[in-house]
Amino acid sequence: MTEQAPLLQVSHLSMVFGGLKALHDLELEVGEGEIVALIGPNGAGKTTFFNCLTGVYTPTAGDIWLTRSGQTPARLNGLLPNRITEKGLARTFQNIRLFPEMTVLENVMIGCHCRHRAGILGAILRGPATRAEEKMIVARSYAILQQLRIEQHANDLAKSLPYGVQRTLEIARALATEPVILLLDEPAAGLNPKETSELDALILQIRERYRVSIVLIEHDMKLVMSLSDRIYVMDYGERIAQGTPGEIRNNQAVITAYLGEDDA
Amino acid sequence: MDYFLELFFSGLTRGSIYALIALGYTMVYGIIGLINFAHGEIYMIGAFTALICASVLTVWGLPPLAVLVLSALAAMIWSAAYGFTVERIAYRPLRHAPRLSPLISAIGMSIFLQNYVLLAQSADFVPFPALIPDFAWLAPYRSIIGSSDLVILLTTTVVMILLTLLIKGTKIGKAMRATSQDKQMALLLGIDVNFVISATFVLGSALAAIGGVLIASHIGQINFAIGFLAGIKAFTAAVLGGIGSVPGAVLGSLLLGWTESFATGYISSDYEDVFAFALLVLILIFRPAGILGRRHNQKV
Amino acid sequence: MLAELKKAMLVAVWFMFLTLPILVVKVNPIEQKVVWRWANLALVGLAAFVLTLAGRYYGRHKTELAKYWPEFHPLLAHPALKRFFLAIIALLAALFPLFFSSYQINIMTTALMYAVLGLGLNIVVGLAGLLDLGYVAFYAVGAYSYALLNYHFGLGFWAALPIGGLLAAMFGIALGFPVLRLRGDYLAIVTLGFGEIIRLILENWNDFSFGPSGIAGIPRPGFFGMTLSVDNAICYLYYLVLLLGLLTIFVVNRLRDSRIGRAWIALREDEIACQAMGIDKTRTKLTAFALGASWAGMVGVLFAAKTTFINPASFTFLESAIILAIVVLGGMGSTVGVVIGALVFILLPEYLRAFADYRMLLFGMIMVGVMVFRPQGIIGTSRRRSYPLPDMDLGKEAGHD
Repeated sequence: MTEQAPLLQVSHLSMVFGGLKALHDLELEVGEGEIVALIGPNGAGKTTFFNCLTGVYTPTAGDIWLTRSGQTPARLNGLLPNRITEKGLARTFQNIRLFPEMTVLENVMIGCHCRHRAGILGAILRGPATRAEEKMIVARSYAILQQLRIEQHANDLAKSLPYGVQRTLEIARALATEPVILLLDEPAAGLNPKETSELDALILQIRERYRVSIVLIEHDMKLVMSLSDRIYVMDYGERIAQGTPGEIRNNQAVITAYLGEDDA
Repeated sequence: MDYFLELFFSGLTRGSIYALIALGYTMVYGIIGLINFAHGEIYMIGAFTALICASVLTVWGLPPLAVLVLSALAAMIWSAAYGFTVERIAYRPLRHAPRLSPLISAIGMSIFLQNYVLLAQSADFVPFPALIPDFAWLAPYRSIIGSSDLVILLTTTVVMILLTLLIKGTKIGKAMRATSQDKQMALLLGIDVNFVISATFVLGSALAAIGGVLIASHIGQINFAIGFLAGIKAFTAAVLGGIGSVPGAVLGSLLLGWTESFATGYISSDYEDVFAFALLVLILIFRPAGILGRRHNQKV
Repeated sequence: MLAELKKAMLVAVWFMFLTLPILVVKVNPIEQKVVWRWANLALVGLAAFVLTLAGRYYGRHKTELAKYWPEFHPLLAHPALKRFFLAIIALLAALFPLFFSSYQINIMTTALMYAVLGLGLNIVVGLAGLLDLGYVAFYAVGAYSYALLNYHFGLGFWAALPIGGLLAAMFGIALGFPVLRLRGDYLAIVTLGFGEIIRLILENWNDFSFGPSGIAGIPRPGFFGMTLSVDNAICYLYYLVLLLGLLTIFVVNRLRDSRIGRAWIALREDEIACQAMGIDKTRTKLTAFALGASWAGMVGVLFAAKTTFINPASFTFLESAIILAIVVLGGMGSTVGVVIGALVFILLPEYLRAFADYRMLLFGMIMVGVMVFRPQGIIGTSRRRSYPLPDMDLGKEAGHD
């Protein structure tokens, strides 16, 4: 492994709400093409961490650095969410946040927004440049739907979709923003075992196809162990362990956090 | 010094009226998260009901004190009835609709009620009989405070005390507080949420009616349009103090009353209404939670 | 059945009680007389009784009855039929002034102006989901900018038109900035506050705006340098507003199906997700406000030119409410709905002269009624945009309204 700055570097990250210390002195790294899982009991602060990464919250201390190959490192903390997405971080939400009154295709097209430029004048005049751009947006979005195998729903309203398809659509939409890091917040929540194994395959495909790193919050241990290159474990806002799936499986602190007393 | 005191008491009087109306806004917002646009009209209807009752009773020859008390009671009863009815017709069916719908419905109700009174009564200002006697012992202080100012202040104070006792001490008061904090939970605990909401509307409307009676006898005339402006100002007061908070509504009302009084007294009387609107805009931009309000963090 | 009658009876009695003081008693304080209008009471009781029964019936059979309300979407979706309708309407609109009196042309012009106002507000409320209750302020900015620029600098109509729009857009941005963080109700109230502040300033700053007495003698739009007779000017103005209306419809449709239109809708649907997808919330909101405002500004200039006299009384909150009602009743986001809404709102009271006094009363009632019974508006939104998909062989784009 070459010695260069990791794609994403989180150092000494803290988030305090009033009197509540939601995150404390968190350290985390993601390399290019890695799948990193973030696990921990409920309330450990995992989604809060995602929210800090994506700019929904501004961390009270610490730094988040994004270093894309060939570019100078960019500090993400303190930026607005849409700027962070422009830099290359995209996310899905724990509770699905699709645009219900828009079609599936349009939802994905929204993801393309920040990578194109047509403004008011372009919209009104619809010159050749704008029309070409629109065509490209439709084509790219449809291609993503095809790759995720939900293209048959393209002109359906997002709110009318079955749950599993909605989850996939969220991922498709995030992919449309051309990220280098994809943050998935509990992508397997509510999926049955068959759908979960399809998700497993899908995530691996996405890493290959789109050359993204993936950070995954999950409770489904089978999925986590199967997919992850590395795992971080959180509890009470702190990192209590990190390592490969094999190391984590046998880590005492992790077992205690999940199960309480060790019952050998 | 005299001028300052006059403005001080004038502000106190204004603030008291605003408080009576603002309480209705804040209680309703606290419990169903709706800005009851039509609340100003309830206040106006209270004033009109009192006027009608007072005129009828005066024609029938009752003594002024009896007329005043009976008219006030009538105003409270009918305003409460209107408040109850408005909630049932325009808001309850929209309890689970997107936020825009009840707001538009409320605006529609406000327009309806204004024109209802306009058509049924009159477009002109209608004089209100002078029912509050001139207290002779108040004469030396006439330049600072008049008898109807005093009545307003006393009435408002008594009402506030009674309201606090109701909210803190009675079962229905507790139910109101519970429902405003967590409707789902209150429902699960067996509280009849619909009843509590109706009771909130009834209570708020009755308070506004008292305000209507007081202002009518204070100013001596009313018309169908007084509800709009008074409503906006009272809403400003409620927001200033922290919408959803009862003490906040009172605090905000007093502050608004004094601001208006001193601003019109020392700066300019032309722009009287602008002060309230400007204050409203500024609070909502810089501190939407108000003085006593709680900040809400959004869960993502 | 008996239970139904009893219920209706109770409701009737309740309403008779409710309306007793205000509707029945009429006091004449000067002459110390009291008039009792018992007939009103009977009417209220009867109306309440009948309406309750009707309402209960509707409530029970809602889904069956819904079938009888014509759904307009199939009509509008069929391309050839749509073209046919549009052609007919275009013809009627063009020939209108030839068959109607100046008075009626004037009314139609007013209706068309409200339609344009509705379409402008639609950008802000319908597309971007920002509830603006102070829209009339931008209308006032346009009108007063023409009036004042003409008074002080002799600026003509055609120069004032774009300037009015531009000034209004600037005000739109000025209004948008402070309210960026506000949502829903609070946004509505603040915009209402702004609208009222502008009106009050116009009313009181006599040196600037000539106060309540307003500005008179505003010139009508010139026709290649000639001044027209009043009748011809009215006709000319009608065509100008018609043209503006067509332009507005064209622009709004283009905007809706564009990158920025999608951003507005995303903003309306879910602000947080919208930002997460890389959309600049601030820019998107301000663009909506500015664009919506610029339309009101242009109509304001036209209004000043049409009535040749303006004063602050034309720019009250009620105007904002009316424009909002037109947008809501027509079906938010629907161009056709807004236009029809405007025509109905302005034209109907003119042709039902007997009910003129009751216009506002009905207006309020309709607002409540539509929200309770048909929140999607009379036409309803069919915003589904079906795209021709890359591996499908479609010659034309599929329709939407």
